[in-house]
Amino acid sequence: MVSSFKDALNSGRFVITSEIAPPKGTNLEQMHHHIELIRDKVDALNVTDHQSSVMRFPSIGGCLAIKEQGGEPILQMTCRDRNRLALQAELLLAYTRGIRNVLCLTGDAVPVGDHKEAKGVFDLDSSQLLRTVRLLESGKDMGGSDLDGAVEFCAGAIVTPEAQPIEPQLAKFEKKVEAGAEFFQTQAIYDLDSFSRFMEYARQFPVKVLGGIVLLSSARMAKYMTENVPGIFVPQNLIDELSVAPRGEVLAKGIEIAGRMISALKKDSICDGVHIMAIGREEVVPDILAAAGI
Amino acid sequence: MKSITKQKPFEEIMGQLADIGRVYIIGCGTCTTMTGTGGIDQVLEMKDRLQEAGKRVSGWTVIPIACDEMTEVSIKENKRAIEDANCVLAMPCALGVHRISLYIDRPVIPAQDTLFIAVEDAPGYFREVCAQCGQCILGETAGICPITACHKGLVNGPCGGTNNGKCEVDQEQDCAWTLIYERLEKQGRLDLLRKYHPPRNYQVTPRPRMIKI
Repeated sequence: MVSSFKDALNSGRFVITSEIAPPKGTNLEQMHHHIELIRDKVDALNVTDHQSSVMRFPSIGGCLAIKEQGGEPILQMTCRDRNRLALQAELLLAYTRGIRNVLCLTGDAVPVGDHKEAKGVFDLDSSQLLRTVRLLESGKDMGGSDLDGAVEFCAGAIVTPEAQPIEPQLAKFEKKVEAGAEFFQTQAIYDLDSFSRFMEYARQFPVKVLGGIVLLSSARMAKYMTENVPGIFVPQNLIDELSVAPRGEVLAKGIEIAGRMISALKKDSICDGVHIMAIGREEVVPDILAAAGI
Repeated sequence: MKSITKQKPFEEIMGQLADIGRVYIIGCGTCTTMTGTGGIDQVLEMKDRLQEAGKRVSGWTVIPIACDEMTEVSIKENKRAIEDANCVLAMPCALGVHRISLYIDRPVIPAQDTLFIAVEDAPGYFREVCAQCGQCILGETAGICPITACHKGLVNGPCGGTNNGKCEVDQEQDCAWTLIYERLEKQGRLDLLRKYHPPRNYQVTPRPRMIKI
């Protein structure tokens, strides 16, 4: 067994993952609390890696906390902050500490974050990092040397099914499959018809796809995401639903929408599972699952 | 091809000249003339500003191409005035600063920040097109360089930050990989979009880079 998450992916049942955002600082109380709330309700928990290029407690630190609390972590690794030596070294460390799942990302650009003058590394990209995972598994490193003790990971990547134009994204998706990605977590999806068409295409590849569910916490946030976040399109009817929700019940409406989408994806077996991103409201993940009837 | 520069803030230049009384100014007749940062007009303007700020200017010259070997001749011709100064304020790009430093023992203080090597798309619009990385892949990217045109320098296709053909860093900036995709499609070579490029070799010519031809 590589990991309980990999077993879940291969079980054929609908897989649930969610994510934990580490704190900016050393106060881990809230992160521990979120892990405690969610860990038993999901198959695995991602830990973001300086999400949006904002410096935080590291992804691997969050993964170790999940391990200590009895959960199953997915280590998110971006190529923005480390060169190939540091990335490989961190994979070795992760493996020795029982972390068995890794999500390989290129990473957001430095200037979108809070250390705008920093050097973006990008020595590798996501598809090269995936190949690096597989290389380390073979007992070799990128310099061609033998490892004294190899690694074994369930490795995944991301895809943006609603990007425009879609063709370059699909070419990249296929490169990631060839590089050894076993699972994909998608960028937020809201238009299920369009996502179903993407899944018809993705089904031809031997990978598991978890649809990205981002909690809409207000009509304003939904509009903002549609207008500003690459590859996210929130249909107008969802924005309308949030705008007419009575004051104080908007979040509940967002939870209901997320739950409804998850349940539709599951009922029609559109994809292999979902990845729930509550972005700053991790405490409501159990409510989203309850709304989905899970 | 032009070396693109931006004149340093005057306060920064004055900071570097803090303990210096007499200055000799050298401009360049090529790139910094064309970018309006270190040609004759800017040299004269700098002279006035330095004098207003209490510095003495022992002389000035604009060397036709400050980065080539004729610079030595020009410096010899102006030897007396240069030696009369405590330092040289250099208004060519950094290539010129290096060349000038070869022939002058006085401190050479750059007045410019050298930004990049560019081509001029339209009058006044300069664009970096080559990072001189040593492993040209233009043949497989429809003549658009992802090392320079993609903010992250990605060689295996776009990141997830691209939106409607624009870059996540700047909505005015085109996504290099969308441009590459569009041009490959026109050329009927979309298969190249699926070609895997291995990690780059950053030691093609180890730094400091030099070569004997």
